[in-house]
This record gives sequence, structure tokens and C-alpha cells, in this order.
Amino acid sequence: MYGFLIAIGILLLLSIVWMVYRIQTLVTVVKGSDKKIASGSNKVNAFLFVAFMVVFGALMTWYSIKEFDNYQLPIGSEHGVITDRLFWITMAVTGVVFIITHILLFWFPYKYQYDEKRKAAFFPHNNRLEVIWTVVPAVVLALLVISGWKAWSDITGPAPENAHVVEIMGYQFAWEVRYPGMDNVLGEYDYRLINATNVSGVDFSDKNSFDDFNTPIVVIPKGEPVIFKIRARDVLHSVFAPHMRLKMDAVPGMPTRFWFTATKTTEEMRAELNDPEFEYEIACTEVCGRGHFSMRKVITVVEPAEYKKWLAEQKPYIVNNPSLVADLPTELKELAEISISENK
Amino acid sequence: MATAQSALHSATAHDDHEHHDNFITKYIFSTDHKMIGKQFLVTGIFWALIGGFLSVLFRLQLGFPEMDMSFLKPILGGWIDDTGALNPEFYLALVTMHGTIMVFFVLTAGLSGTFSNFLIPLQIGARDMASGFMNMLSYWFFFISGVIMFISLFLETGPAAGGWVVYPPLSALEQAIPGSGMGMTLWLIAMTFFIASSLLGGINYITTVINLRTKGMSFSKLPLTIWSFFLTAVIGLLSFPVLFAAALLLVFDRSFGTSFYLSDIYIGGEALSNTGGSAVLYQHLFWFLGHPEVYIVLLPALGITSEVIATNSRKPIFGYKAMIISMLGITILSFVVWAHHMFVSGLNPFLGSIFMFLTLIIAIPSAVKVFNYLTTLWRGNLIFTPAMLFSIGLVSFFISGGLTGIFLGNSAIDIQLHDTYFVVAHFHLVMGSASFFGLMAGVYHWFPKMFGRMMDAKLGYIHFWLTFIGVYLVFFPMHYIGIAGFPRRYYTWTNFEFSSMYTDLNMFISIAAILTFVAQFIFLFNFFYSMYRGRKASLNPWRSNTLEWTTPLHPGHGNWPGEIPSVYRWPYDYSKPGAKEDFIMQTVPLSATPESNLPHEQELVKLEKEIISEEEEVLIANESRES
Ligand code: HEM
Ligand SMILES: [Cu+2]
Ligand SMILES: [Cu+2]
Repeated sequence: MYGFLIAIGILLLLSIVWMVYRIQTLVTVVKGSDKKIASGSNKVNAFLFVAFMVVFGALMTWYSIKEFDNYQLPIGSEHGVITDRLFWITMAVTGVVFIITHILLFWFPYKYQYDEKRKAAFFPHNNRLEVIWTVVPAVVLALLVISGWKAWSDITGPAPENAHVVEIMGYQFAWEVRYPGMDNVLGEYDYRLINATNVSGVDFSDKNSFDDFNTPIVVIPKGEPVIFKIRARDVLHSVFAPHMRLKMDAVPGMPTRFWFTATKTTEEMRAELNDPEFEYEIACTEVCGRGHFSMRKVITVVEPAEYKKWLAEQKPYIVNNPSLVADLPTELKELAEISISENK
Repeated sequence: MATAQSALHSATAHDDHEHHDNFITKYIFSTDHKMIGKQFLVTGIFWALIGGFLSVLFRLQLGFPEMDMSFLKPILGGWIDDTGALNPEFYLALVTMHGTIMVFFVLTAGLSGTFSNFLIPLQIGARDMASGFMNMLSYWFFFISGVIMFISLFLETGPAAGGWVVYPPLSALEQAIPGSGMGMTLWLIAMTFFIASSLLGGINYITTVINLRTKGMSFSKLPLTIWSFFLTAVIGLLSFPVLFAAALLLVFDRSFGTSFYLSDIYIGGEALSNTGGSAVLYQHLFWFLGHPEVYIVLLPALGITSEVIATNSRKPIFGYKAMIISMLGITILSFVVWAHHMFVSGLNPFLGSIFMFLTLIIAIPSAVKVFNYLTTLWRGNLIFTPAMLFSIGLVSFFISGGLTGIFLGNSAIDIQLHDTYFVVAHFHLVMGSASFFGLMAGVYHWFPKMFGRMMDAKLGYIHFWLTFIGVYLVFFPMHYIGIAGFPRRYYTWTNFEFSSMYTDLNMFISIAAILTFVAQFIFLFNFFYSMYRGRKASLNPWRSNTLEWTTPLHPGHGNWPGEIPSVYRWPYDYSKPGAKEDFIMQTVPLSATPESNLPHEQELVKLEKEIISEEEEVLIANESRES
């Protein structure tokens, strides 16, 4: 029934549009305005450009100001302050260009709309102008690039020696987090060792892996460098921590990394934002299949002292599951067992 | 000389053919560039509707995530589950197909295919393309490609679903997503045909422009449209083969157990034997085409705009030479910036720096073009035909989207913005909408030449304003969402705290997108109605200078019934001081316009007289030979 009514409504609407269209065509033919070079619509269109500019400019300004706190995510890392500054500098520069060019683009149509009595200026070229608007953008862009390049080199440069290592491995559809334990050295891994009990394929014949452990959330200390060692075990993923201004693809067969320093603990951020629920999050930004939109991981930033305490409380893989080292050669196995008893 | 002779020769040959054309040779397996152009156009419009419809589907999901979509079951069948929710894998397939269709089928084939074919011979003064047969093949390869892609939409496992860039391993492994099974196979076959089509077309465009220009049509007298089609074809010719290589290696990895892109993979409960491949290699190969491709899509639109803006400003395009140099610069630079799509792919950061510098260089010619357009409008005498409106719209999108490119090209800033909605906003404005507007400008402008009738201007105005406002309402808000960090290709954002806001804005975008899509039916009506019932066009309705307006209202195969006209001046003599009218066509000799000649042109008059007399000799000689 509804469908029938809607269909009739649409049909009526269409026939009205059709009639208006026919009448309109006939009127233009009668008035002979279809013979004119520029009909009355020329004025209307010229005016609409200006109107569009005013209305849209107002909307844009209003919304950009009103929503600022929503779209400007709080910054949780040292380099994030720098890249955000670059972002807003670029915004200022391009914003000025955007406004000036659009004022010209929409005002010219109004100002220079067709007039039979006038003739357009014959102004085919002017080398001075061309040079100016080649050189000025070149210089401005060079300045932007150079500052961007400095920031980029610092961010992607080698991590400090003392950086805390965290391994993040993407798989369909979650992240697996592995810590190197007290020695701060991750044990080797091999994708052929992966199975239900060893999801990251840790190689337990490497002594460095004896104190490795995994956790359901990423815990890192504030104010100290942290390096994410990133890999994937099936398809591409990408680690994206929006508040940290951090993003790096996870590639099967090619480990990547990203180091940074957090500047505010989760608690501090909660207080600052007045949002007791706030969490730093990790999302996936490389399409990886059905669950791409749900690969959430939480990062908790804590004070360094608290971090030390937390670290000491964690139980290595082999403590939680001694069968992982059951098949090792005797010498290694003894070492592993010592390590297990120490960590109990 | 030789060209003129052979052109004459083929003209007589064509005249003989004319009578034997039946329906099949005229409308289906036509070798006439004009018909092939129209075939590309209509096929492109068909694909635009499909691509647009797919986007409406996924915008429904994004704008109204809770919605009960059961009413779509008749079309989507099993992709809607019993609770009325869209299948997330099918969501990805929709996004993938939308991207592939729009980039390749609509904005490459639909734009380049239509206007390069239609305009190159008409504007350079040639009887047809260098090889009409190859040209026909080009269309039919494209057609086959489309058929295969279309079939893939209806597979039980769905079409390809790894994003339009189809990065492996996702696109290589059926276990990873069902779309990577048969759907991906068909995608690869379809793209192979598409690449063949592009190459056949491109070779033809290049050869034609180089060899078949009429007398006097030197490169420095070519309309900017032709320059842009020419350079587009060059870019395509150099970059599409690389996509083919990338696709071929992917086929090997998928079907023959090689490891070009695959390494160290554990999936579906088993460790694959592939080692030593590199997923990043594929990205290099893909973007080596992918970035030039965005200019393949954009340059023809810019060429069309140059022509339309100059004509309707009644003013020469400002900086003709600068425009050509910019396009040349873009052509060359477009091959050395590809890795800016890969700043955070694990690429060596040093390479990242290099590509950041190169990328920002390419922004300079783009800026020059914008300033030249603005100066062309300045002190013009503007007539707002629908084509002119769309061209001004294009310039606006080009500015808005180009400026956000400066953020993205800065690798430090791109860390945050990569693969967020900011990128989506960027390329939909600068590539999607700008090129789409170029396509529309071209259709409105050359419709009288294509079909001998006028489109309705008022409907054109309504179509323009609804679309222009609509596009901004859809894509501008995406900047905010992108700055807020919303990732691309997400089925829903509610799983994360940082992206659990802006549900209202997303709803707004979806509504705007649907309305904008609906507004396109105004165009469709106008297009097909005017084709049969539109007002009869005059020979040169826009009072334009270029050669196509010297042909008869319905040019036959061979374009000019008699001699091909010679060309004596550049195409932008609008509002020349001293001239009676505000335009002088390219076919008017300088010697005929002493009142408006510039000093250096007065010099050329002597030379021209010689050419004309020489030409007359040829004519007489020919006539005596024929009789
Ligand atoms: C002003 C000069 C431009 C610069 C500096 C620039 C820069 C960039 C950068 C760096 C990206 C990668 C962003 C990311 O994925 O994180 C990008 C994406 C893109 N750009 Fe541009 N761009 C410019 C102009 C253009 C033009 C003229 C077009 C098309 C005609 C275009 C089309 C695209 C497309 C399609 C993508 C996204 C591809 C994808 O990831 O699916 N850009 N641009
Ligand atoms: Cu993902
Ligand atoms: Cu690019």
C-alpha cells in the first residue's frame, strides 16, 4: 500500500517537473531569449556564485570554530606536538591561499559577467606574472618541506638506546602484544612456529625469549622513549594510535618500527579532558578483511615507577605455559627451568 | 605536403564507404572516431550510474549504521543478513568496486576515451584517427573489460574486496577474504583488458596528434585540449604497462605458487611456504601507475576547462605557453612522486624524504595553472553556459583538493593523515569531483557537435548548482572527520572511543550524497531527451575558434565534406583589439584581418600568402588529375 502511494507521488512529482520544463522551454522560445548570447540566467548564475561563497564561507567558519575541540584530538606524544604544529602552520598558509583564490574565483564571475557593450581585455600572457606565481609558491613550499623534513628525520631516526621495546603483531583481526621482559631484548620468532599456544611464533630455543611475556593491553611509561616493533602474520595491517600521532604498517615478512615518547599518563589525560572513560587506543588503518574496523587495542600510559612495578608483576610465556619449552634440548631446558623458577 | 595528399586520398576513399554503412558498422563496430567517442561516453555514463549506486549503498551503511536494510534484499540477496545488517565483507567489496569503476571506467575510459576520440581529429583537422581499426578494438576491449567486471559483481563470493589498490597479501589469499577468490581473478582479467584498451587508444591518440595535424596546425597552435589529451596518452602509455606487470606477478602468486609479494604468512591455521617476497614491492609497482593515473584522470579535464573557460570568457587563455609547460612538468613529475602513497608502509625514511621534496615540486605547476585560470576570468566578458559553470566548479575543486595535497605530501604530517578520511576528502575533490566536472563541462560544451542539438541550458544550471553544492556538502565535512582520525574503509566507527562521535555529520554526508546522486538524473534526462528532441544547434553555437566548429552540423565519416581547412592562427583569438567580432576562428588567415593583427603577426602575413598560393596549386593539380 505504502509502496503504491509513494509510486503515485513520485509519478505526480515527475509529471509536474515535466510540465514546468515544457512551459519553460516554450517561454524562452517565445521570448526569443534562446537567441541571445547571454540570457537573463547569466545574472542569476553570477549572483549565485557570490551567494554560494558567502553562505559556504560562513558555514565553514562557524563549524570549524564550533567543532575545534572535537576534531583536534588531544596530543599524547612528544613528536605529536611537532607534527601538529606543522599541520596548523600548513593550514594557515593554505587557508590564506584558499580564501584569496576563492574570493577571486567567485567574485570575477559577478564582476565580469557578460555585457554586450563591453569587450573582454586581450591579455594573453605576461611573463612577469608567471614568474611571480611560480617563484612565490616554490619558496613557500620549500619552507614547508624543509620544516617537514626536519621533523620527519627526527621521528624516523634511530630510537634511543634505552627505549622500551614492545612488539605489536597484527593478525586477522586483533593485535598481539609481546614484551621482551627484564632484558629488554625480544626473543627470535619464526612464522612456522605459530600454533594455538604460541600465536606470535616465538622461538623458545632463543634464551632471550625466556622472559618474554604478552599482555592484553599495551602499557608504557610516560616521558621515556618506547619503540614499537611492528609485524604482521597474515595480511597487511597498520598500527594507528591517533592520540600519539603514530602510524606504521604491519607487513608480513618485513618488520617495521616506530618510536615515540608519551607525554601524559592516561590518568592525566582523563583529568585534563574531564572524561573518566578516556583511553589511548590503537586502530588498524590498512584494510585487512572482515574485521578491519574492530582491531582495537588500548594503550595505558603510566608513571615510570608504576611501569617498573607492573613489569615486575608480569609472568613470562614459559611460566604460564611450561609445555612451551618441553621439547628443548636438555641444556637449554635446564636454563629455561631456572628462569621459570626465578620468575614464579 | 605528403600528409595533405594522403589525407585527401583517404577523404575520397571514405566517401565511397559512406553509402555502405549499415546499422552494425555504423553504431556497433564503427571505426569512426566520433561514434567511438560516443560509445565511450554512453558506456562511461552507464558505469558512473553503477559506481554511484554502489556509493549510495555504502553511504547508507556509514550514515545509518543501525538501519534495517532488509528492503535491499531483492537486489543484494544474501549480503543482507536476517537482522537486516549489511555484510562487512560485502561493504569492502562495495568500496573496492566503487573505486575501481570510478577511477578506471568512468574517469579514464569515460573521459579520455570520449573526448580524446571525439575531439582529436576534429580539433587538429584530421579525417579520423591514425588507425580506425585499433580505435574500434580499444573500445571493444574496454567493453569486454566492463562485462567481466560486471559479472564479478554477481559472484557468490562477491567481487574483489581489497580496496581499489588491491594490495597483496589480502588480494592474493582467498583465505583472507572471499572476494580474493573468483572476484579477484575476474578483477585481474578485466584490468588486463582495460590496460590493453588504454594502450590501443593511447598509441592512436599520440600517433594521430603527431602525424595527422592539418596544414598550419603546428604544436604551438594546438588547442590546450589536444595538448592535454596528448600528454595524458603519453602518461598512460608509460605507466599502464607497469600496472600490467604488477597484476601479472600477482596472478603468478595467486595461481602458480610464486612468492613475489608473499612472505612469512600464517593464515587459516597453516603456515604458507612462501618466503622472500615483498608486499611493499607491489605497492611500488602499483603506485608507479597509480600516481600517474590520477593525472591521466585529471589532465583531460583541465584541457577541456581551458578551452571552455577561454571561449566563454571571450578572452584568450592566459599564459598558453605556461599552461603547456605546466602540463609537461606535471607529466614528467608525475612519474617520480609515487612513493608519497607509501610514507608509512615501512619504506626507508630517507626515500620518504626524497619523495616528499619531489611531491611538493609537483604542486608548483598545479598552482600555476590555477592562477592562469583566474587571470583568464579577470576582465573577461563571461557567459555562463552550463559548461562554463562546471569549469568554474572544477577550478574550485582543484584548489580545495590541491591544497590538502600539500598536507599529505609532507611526510611528517601524513603520518597522522594517511588512510584517514582526510585522504578521502583530498582525492574526491581534486581527482573525483574535478575530473567529473571536466567530463560534464565537455559534454555540455560539445553536445551540439556530437548530436547536432542543444542541451537545455536551464536544466544544466539546475544540475550544476545541485551538484556543486552537493559535492561540497559531501566532501568538505570529510576533512573534519579525517583530522579527527577516522580511518578509511571502516564498516562502522563505533568500536573506538576516538571515532565514536560525528554520527550526525556522517548522516548528513550520506543524505547529501544521496541527493547529489539523485540530481544526476536531471542530467540523464537532459542528455537523452536533447539527443532526440533538443533544439537544433547552430554551426558554432558558442562562437568558438577551434576547427570542430567548421564541420557540418552532422559531420560524416571523414569530418569535412571537401578539403580539410588549413589553420593560420592559435585557437585563442578572442576579443582581439580591432577585430569586428569577439572571436576569430583558426581558419581565418592573418592576411584577412589586417585590422587586428599584432605587429609580429603582420610579419607572418607574407609567409602565409606563399602557403595559400602553394595550396591553390595543389588544388588545381588535383582537380585536373581527377577529371
Ligand atoms: C597539489 C598537488 C598534490 C599533492 C602534493 C598530493 C599529494 C598526495 C599524497 C601525499 C597522497 C597520499 C596520501 C595518503 O595516502 O596518505 C595523495 C593521495 C591521493 N591523491 Fe593527491 N596530491 C596532489 C594532487 C592530486 C591530484 C591533482 C590528484 C588527482 C587528479 C590527486 C589524487 C590523489 C588520489 C586519488 C589519492 C589517494 C589514493 C588512495 O590512497 O586511494 N592528488 N595525494
Ligand atoms: Cu585492518
Ligand atoms: Cu599520488
